[in-house]
Amino acid sequence: MGILLLQLFNGVSLGSILLLVALGLAITFGLMNVINMAHGEFIMIGAYMAYTIQQLFHNMLPPAAFGWYFPASLAVAFAAAFAVGLLLEVTLIRFLYGRPLDSLLATWGVSLVLQQLARQTFGAPNVAVKAPAWLEGGLQLGADLTLPYKRLFIIALVIVCIAIIYAFLYRSAGGRRMRAVMQNRGMAACLGISTRRVDAVSFAFGSGLAGIAGCALTLLGPIGPTIGTYYIVDAFMVVVLGGIGKLVGTVAGALGIGVLGTALEYGTSATIGKVIVFTLIIAFLQWKPSGLVTVRSRTLD
Amino acid sequence: MRSNRKSLTLFVAAFMVLGTALAACTAETKPTASTSGTKTEAKTEANTNSSAGGEIPVGIVHSLTGTMSISEVSVKDAEMMAIDEINQAGGVLGKKLKPIIEDGASDWPTFAEKTKKLLQKDKVAVIFGGWTSASRKAVLPVVEQNKGLFFYPVQYEGLEASPNIFYTGATTNQQIVPAVTWLLQNKGKKFFLLGSDYVFPRTANKIIKEQLKAEGGTLIAEEYTPLGHTDYNTIISKIKKEKPDVVFNTLNGDSNVAFFKQLKDAGIGPNDLTTLSVSIAEEEIRGIGASVLEGHYAAWNYYQTTDTPENKKFVDAYKTKYGKDRVTDDPIEAGYFGVYLWAEAVKKAGSTDVDKVKAAAKGLEYSAPGGKVKIDGDNQHVYKTVRIGQVQADGQFKEVWNSGQPVKPDPFLTTYPWGAEVTKK
Repeated sequence: MGILLLQLFNGVSLGSILLLVALGLAITFGLMNVINMAHGEFIMIGAYMAYTIQQLFHNMLPPAAFGWYFPASLAVAFAAAFAVGLLLEVTLIRFLYGRPLDSLLATWGVSLVLQQLARQTFGAPNVAVKAPAWLEGGLQLGADLTLPYKRLFIIALVIVCIAIIYAFLYRSAGGRRMRAVMQNRGMAACLGISTRRVDAVSFAFGSGLAGIAGCALTLLGPIGPTIGTYYIVDAFMVVVLGGIGKLVGTVAGALGIGVLGTALEYGTSATIGKVIVFTLIIAFLQWKPSGLVTVRSRTLD
Repeated sequence: MRSNRKSLTLFVAAFMVLGTALAACTAETKPTASTSGTKTEAKTEANTNSSAGGEIPVGIVHSLTGTMSISEVSVKDAEMMAIDEINQAGGVLGKKLKPIIEDGASDWPTFAEKTKKLLQKDKVAVIFGGWTSASRKAVLPVVEQNKGLFFYPVQYEGLEASPNIFYTGATTNQQIVPAVTWLLQNKGKKFFLLGSDYVFPRTANKIIKEQLKAEGGTLIAEEYTPLGHTDYNTIISKIKKEKPDVVFNTLNGDSNVAFFKQLKDAGIGPNDLTTLSVSIAEEEIRGIGASVLEGHYAAWNYYQTTDTPENKKFVDAYKTKYGKDRVTDDPIEAGYFGVYLWAEAVKKAGSTDVDKVKAAAKGLEYSAPGGKVKIDGDNQHVYKTVRIGQVQADGQFKEVWNSGQPVKPDPFLTTYPWGAEVTKK
């Protein structure tokens, strides 16, 4: 029983990580239709920001303040990835709207450049990020059932992110403008919306979310120049499976892959589990090419 | 509108070319920057001391970019240090060594191509390099066809002996087999094998399974995860359920970070479960965090803390040259003394001719930082001392056991009664 609950938790936890990684992509790829191969590198930027802020806190501030480095680095990671995203949109992406293949190639080039920049700046070996003390350990619910605080924190973080995105997209004037531009650019422009500015901010917002994901991932895994490449495929998988252009689909896709993936991995092995998950996704997309949740919009016509 | 579009395409194309060029440049500048010192030095020396005459070109091929650069850059640094030291001491046969560095870029065909270039175009006397077994297997036919010499510095899965390769890292009977014996005697019989899904872990586990059968251990489970796998919660659930005495860890690369971080989060410490890793050295501990790994075990032939006078000198020199926060580890040491072994063999042979050097290398001894090493003439591997160490809070190892004397390399496990089972399959 303990193992079953633990596995369920593991599934949700994996789903939450996939979701965190895919949220930014749900905006840049899902809503804006930009195939952004550099998404993984925005994750990397977030991860290195966590490392940098940790070093700053460690070297400049008294030890008592160290625990606060993590919330600070979440904010900095978002800001840094947002800034780089904005720069990229202004200098490159905006010339590639509606040209998915070109944007794929160009952003892939950008990802290589960013990786090499990170290697020059931080060195080729991984760097270590020490988790703050309040995230060490776990919630003991039984002999077999320990829920690590880090995983619980990531689940909470994802919920907060989704709430913010939802509030922004559906409850604010900015979000309304953004959806208007994505669904019917010409009409939106006629009504006096500055589509350029909306594009730039949307892309930067998606990049910023990737930064937050990178920061959170430092709690669980490696921090190196190639960290983004581990998650990029999963992120695209979640967005495509979920149904392009729909936030609910992304959430369902991530949780589905997470729970199903861990169950299959437990039943078979990690390699076979992954193969089965991919096969099932391919089969599902054959049956429903537009993913779990479909939306009717001009971009998909 | 149309011309506007055209100019945009041009702009994008230009940007991408610039981008790739930039990436290529940064990849190229690093090695040349580190060689330039030696190059100019060697040149001026040659000018003032023209009677000695000429340089001996030697090749280095490691991944300076891509996923393996994490490990290989520091081995390249150690090899460069050995070359510098040899040059400062007057070179070999009165000639300076001239290193030519190539980037294998973590890509096996690139390794083969660069090796070919070094042998055919640069006519190097010897090549030091490689890390993954895949890169070695790619280089092997090239050095055999071109009658070159290749020094390979990393522990590997054994079952190989090429007449053109010298193996200065451990083969299985110098690392994995003694580690399993030590675990069986000290930590328990129930083994859980965990590895990345490729050549090295699968071969290593094949050997371990035969050894467990022969020496009274039991196999609880055998799990593989794809390279680069980062979610170990399910594996940890399985470990919790099976309750093994020992997890024998052959995970490679970044997966180790994820596994050990998540193991600690799940509340499993080194007192609850013994893990022994064969791919985690001092360099990797830096990137995982010593607090995460404290108390876990590893098996190698060398640690930065290994107590020999040669090692004190080596560690000091390495830190002076590359920075106080740098660490040395087993492949770094093997890369370093490989250069010296070759230089000694050349001195003994009086020539850089491959066949003469090979003949001279037979039985050659050298006091490496990790203790005495000796080249086995039969298979061109090296006699090395086996050491098991435990990670301490400062990220260094404390040696808990060693083999006492250098162990004869046995890549095909012919000296073990169960070895035939492994080579047969």
